[in-house]
Amino acid sequence: MNIAVLMKQTFDTEEKVVLTDGRISEAGVKFVINPYDEYAVEEAIRIKEKHGGTVTVLSVGNQDVAQSLRTALAMGADEAVLIDDHRIGTDEYSVSRAIAAYLSANPCDVILGGNFSVDLGSGQVAIRVARLLNLPHVSAVTSLTVDEGRAAAVRDLDGDVQTIEVALPALFTAQQGLNEPRYPSLPGIMKAKKKPLTVLDLDALKLTTSDIEPRTARTSVELPPARQAGQRLTGTVDEQVQKLADILLAATHVGMSKHA
Amino acid sequence: MGKTVLVIVEHKHGKLRQVALESLTVAGQIAGDGGRVISGVIGDDVAQVASELSNYPHNGGYVVADERLGTYNPDLYAAAVNALVEQVKPDVVVFGHTAIGRDIAPIIAADLEAGQVSDIVGLVTDDDGSISFIRPIYAGKAFERRQFLTGPWIVTVRPNNFPAITRGETEQIEFTPLAFTPPASERFVVRETVQASDGKRDLTEASVVVSGGRGVKSADGFRPLEELANVLDGAVGASRAACDAGYCDYSLQIGQTGKVVTPDVYIACGISGAIQHLAGMSQSKLIIAINKDEEAPIFGIADYGVVGDLFEIVPKLTEELKRRKIG
Repeated sequence: MNIAVLMKQTFDTEEKVVLTDGRISEAGVKFVINPYDEYAVEEAIRIKEKHGGTVTVLSVGNQDVAQSLRTALAMGADEAVLIDDHRIGTDEYSVSRAIAAYLSANPCDVILGGNFSVDLGSGQVAIRVARLLNLPHVSAVTSLTVDEGRAAAVRDLDGDVQTIEVALPALFTAQQGLNEPRYPSLPGIMKAKKKPLTVLDLDALKLTTSDIEPRTARTSVELPPARQAGQRLTGTVDEQVQKLADILLAATHVGMSKHA
Repeated sequence: MGKTVLVIVEHKHGKLRQVALESLTVAGQIAGDGGRVISGVIGDDVAQVASELSNYPHNGGYVVADERLGTYNPDLYAAAVNALVEQVKPDVVVFGHTAIGRDIAPIIAADLEAGQVSDIVGLVTDDDGSISFIRPIYAGKAFERRQFLTGPWIVTVRPNNFPAITRGETEQIEFTPLAFTPPASERFVVRETVQASDGKRDLTEASVVVSGGRGVKSADGFRPLEELANVLDGAVGASRAACDAGYCDYSLQIGQTGKVVTPDVYIACGISGAIQHLAGMSQSKLIIAINKDEEAPIFGIADYGVVGDLFEIVPKLTEELKRRKIG
């Protein structure tokens, strides 16, 4: 069973966002595998451990992304592919077309990705890739069982829980709760150094600039106004509860109709 | 010149979802003078939804009704949306940024070779008439403005961030039924749907969120929070610490991993306020924090802070609210 994982490198969620000259500063920032993609890497390795095959981790980005690809290799993925070409923008249309070009030339039985990235958070790329490859997909899965030619997945649909069965090949995006990602072991880290990491550009994917021309562009970025600490309530517990009830009723109008 | 905007209207249990009415507001703003807003309703039995929707002023509507569309299935829904797109020939398609909207919009964007701006919380029309969309990045640690470079446009709207369109006095819209052709292969089969328990509010749409952290101490510890949420007609959320400790399901998690919420009132109970959690809730309109630790970072962003034991304060508050509601 051949498995591909769509992986993005993101800011560690502990990081603050700082603007320098109107752009998000990457100075001194710790980068990690997007947490949702980490579940995808873990799930891919578990499927391989059960059914055999290979796990390929795939990223679009610059050379800095190699460190996260190596982390995935150290966890147990077999090979890594980095699509690195400055002509590919951050637009989801562009990125998904580049990934789909690779995967249509290198088909897999199972493709895994994260539910969304914790940086740009648009949640588009994996689903676009599935559609471009004409594959079924299940997003936000909290459980996945793969068998020969079929898979069963459980997904969260705004509180409702759906059990889905799809024919393979198919794509799945990982939701929290799918698994507990492993830490890379020391032997894993040593082995990862020898595992193949292939770098591809648009030419290698037989794409031209016009195939990946972005459809949207960022025009500016801003920070939200800082929130100030408000008021500490004082008095006895009962007095504080009275005050909270006043605040809540004023803010929500709950129960006001009775008095109207 | 105005734009033609198609709104895919979400509904649940025969009722319009609030985000659908907010999406109609967004659509009106995008359409501009001389533009048109057309609604599309997809589902099994949608007569009630269409009848309700017809009271809200816009320029026309279609229903794609089929018993196979009673449960969300991306292959079938995509066929239905594509039928609407073919009929309406929109410049812009608007979805709610909900479980269904997040799933279906990128499919349609791929089909139309279109750009998509997800999860918008605002939009700005510049002097030259060009529209910039405002959306959170890094779960709200920053906001970006995005523009489309080419059409058609696909937009998803975050719940709770735009006013709902105002209801008109009479039914104004006639809905036209539209046929759809399901794809030949059944490669995606919904085996089972277990619905969230009745009356439970969706976290991202709730106007009040009562959220628990490590300080809630156990799964049972969430019960007083649920009771407070019920009396406020709100939903229960949680911090990562509470989810990781197994006190609650990950579907309740609020933060940079998890859900981002922007309710009218956010009540943080026993939550210290790690940066990842703050990212997911700090755009709430009013924040109340209840925590034993007076040094907890959550107090740094709360409009009202109560230093104390949540197990004492929350039940008393619930009782007081009940008393006043009955009173």
